[in-house]
Amino acid sequence: MDPSVLIQQFFNALALGGIYALVALGYTMVYGIIELINFAHGDVFMVGAFVAMWVLTVPLGQHGGIKDPFLLIGVLLLVFVVTMIVMGVVGVLIERFAYRRLRNAPRLAPLLTAIGVSFILQNIIQTIFGPSPKTFPKLISSSGRFDLFGASISYLTVFIFVLAIVLLVVLQAFIGRTRLGRAMRSTAQDRDAAQLMGVDINRTIALTFFIGSALAGAGGVVAGLYFGQVQFNLGFSAGLKAFTAAVLGGIGNIPGAALGGFIIGFVEVYAGQFGLARWGEALVFAVLIIVLVFRPSGLLGQALGERA
Amino acid sequence: MTDQQQAAADPRRPVNNESPGILHAVTGFLGRHRSLAVLVGVALAGAFLPLIAQVPPLRTFQPLSSWLNVFTLAGVFVLLALGLNIVVGLSGLLDLGYAAFFAIGSYTYAFGASPYYGIHLPFLPMLLVGALMAAVFGVLLGAPTLRLRGDYLAIVTLGFGEIVPIVFKNSDEFTGGTNGVSGIDAPNVFGIQFTTLNILPFYVVMLFLVAFTMVLVYRLQESRLGRAWMAIREDELAAASNGINTVTTKLLAFALGATTAGLAGVFSASKLTFAGPDQFIFAVSFTVLAMVVLGGMGNVWGVALGAFILFMIQNVFLKQLNQVFDTLKVPILSDIDFIKYQFLLYGLALVLMMLLRPEGLFPNRRRKQELHEDELEVIEITEPTDAAGVMDE
Repeated sequence: MDPSVLIQQFFNALALGGIYALVALGYTMVYGIIELINFAHGDVFMVGAFVAMWVLTVPLGQHGGIKDPFLLIGVLLLVFVVTMIVMGVVGVLIERFAYRRLRNAPRLAPLLTAIGVSFILQNIIQTIFGPSPKTFPKLISSSGRFDLFGASISYLTVFIFVLAIVLLVVLQAFIGRTRLGRAMRSTAQDRDAAQLMGVDINRTIALTFFIGSALAGAGGVVAGLYFGQVQFNLGFSAGLKAFTAAVLGGIGNIPGAALGGFIIGFVEVYAGQFGLARWGEALVFAVLIIVLVFRPSGLLGQALGERA
Repeated sequence: MTDQQQAAADPRRPVNNESPGILHAVTGFLGRHRSLAVLVGVALAGAFLPLIAQVPPLRTFQPLSSWLNVFTLAGVFVLLALGLNIVVGLSGLLDLGYAAFFAIGSYTYAFGASPYYGIHLPFLPMLLVGALMAAVFGVLLGAPTLRLRGDYLAIVTLGFGEIVPIVFKNSDEFTGGTNGVSGIDAPNVFGIQFTTLNILPFYVVMLFLVAFTMVLVYRLQESRLGRAWMAIREDELAAASNGINTVTTKLLAFALGATTAGLAGVFSASKLTFAGPDQFIFAVSFTVLAMVVLGGMGNVWGVALGAFILFMIQNVFLKQLNQVFDTLKVPILSDIDFIKYQFLLYGLALVLMMLLRPEGLFPNRRRKQELHEDELEVIEITEPTDAAGVMDE
């Protein structure tokens, strides 16, 4: 096979993996802190893509690529900030109204609620924007390319990869270095003890949802830019794959989620490259099942005992 | 000894001696013979449904045969809900890919009784084969994964539920691909040829299947196995330390749930004379789950009723609502397509149900106690030092 194609696909895998990584972070953070598989998270990602599309097309009136670099940076910054804040607030609202009351309920209850929220989000978007795919403005034209070992690489893929890594590093620093990050870690470790030490549990969990959903929102913007279109059911399979990524990396582990995201990206892209495009999804789920069966703690995770 | 004396002698049923009479004797008798009660209940329901469909307002919507058709299809979902109830309601294992077993049952019959492979096996044995196939896959999936913690299991089953239709869809050469398998044989049982024009035999077979499954679940519920399921549901660690082999017990629940889905699959394929990958998407698993949850996890009658009601709402009520509003030309309501919003309604119903009434519309007593454990314990515990223990999950 032509090596330049493989190199090109390598960058595509990095971009796709970056998207999955951004979504996987939210899964892993929420699971780490309240042990809930936030089933609606994939749909938060999808809503983020729609919010970004709306912001771009309606108030900003952008429909195609932007040539002026300063304008491009300005528009991108605005879209990312607005989408991330909106989705963060949506995440906090979901937590407040759907999950908070069930924090001490049997596990099944919040999980079912999350599925319900997922369906609600999908239907709201379907009602507003209709069931057919919508075009997402390609701000960064995919014709902007540079050559690398004979392969033509689009700037967009590099941008997505760099953005995912930057957000990951910022997140890691926030959780590791700041007071709020410490509150999150202590809440994840032992909620009651954290509360006794003066941590505001409700606020900390809300913050976790805010950050996780904001990252999913960023993922939504990126996905829109990358695929060039968005649809109301985008979140279901993307969410499942991102969750697979989180589990693969070791759920609750932030670098793990990112690593898992990139692995899933590679599996999917190279499956497509070798003529298995139709089987890409099945392959990802097979990976999920195999990982859960043989190494439920994931690649970078620690083995968790059953909590009493 | 008369029935009444027997009822009085039965220590399990407190008998009010001041109200003698036939009714009491009957309820006492049925209380002691639950399986019979289930059979009678299903028979009565089966007899009354077509009668109710003849009542003037309902009769005008669609003719009796259409009603029977809808009831029969509702029966498929009642079966599915009963099977999922074993897994989710009784054993507390969240299975999000239940439609996969439904698919396996359907395709088994599709391959064994259609022109696709030119094999035409009879319906009744195929019912068993389909159920067995589904059970085998249940065990194959369950054996490695049932060790996992509850929510991981949910995701694995979800993954499985996604893979199975993909496999049927993509293996064109063996499964008919996207088009599925059509022209499947309608059953011919004891010389009676079932046809789409003659729904009654389908309806009767459906009633038998539902009754059989309900009796099975009822008897299992009170058995050693059923109590082991509930023990695992309430506290897996405690159950394991009391000598319950949690893996085999959960595996049995999984296999039995799959078996029921397999039965439903064979029946559905023979009724629709078609099996295709789009019949088994996640929305189906989700719908059945919503039926179990809304009906009341763990309660056989509740689940069956929940499934029936939800199916009727989805397939009859919402459609009729559209027509009624259209013909009456109600200003805003006639513009709304209610079927479009059914999953929004499901989602809302599921969230509200979990928040306000997690035990479902027709709860199982024990399940209800579990779900309201927090509240009970807070009331019971008087010493403030123990309060911390309550919060500890």
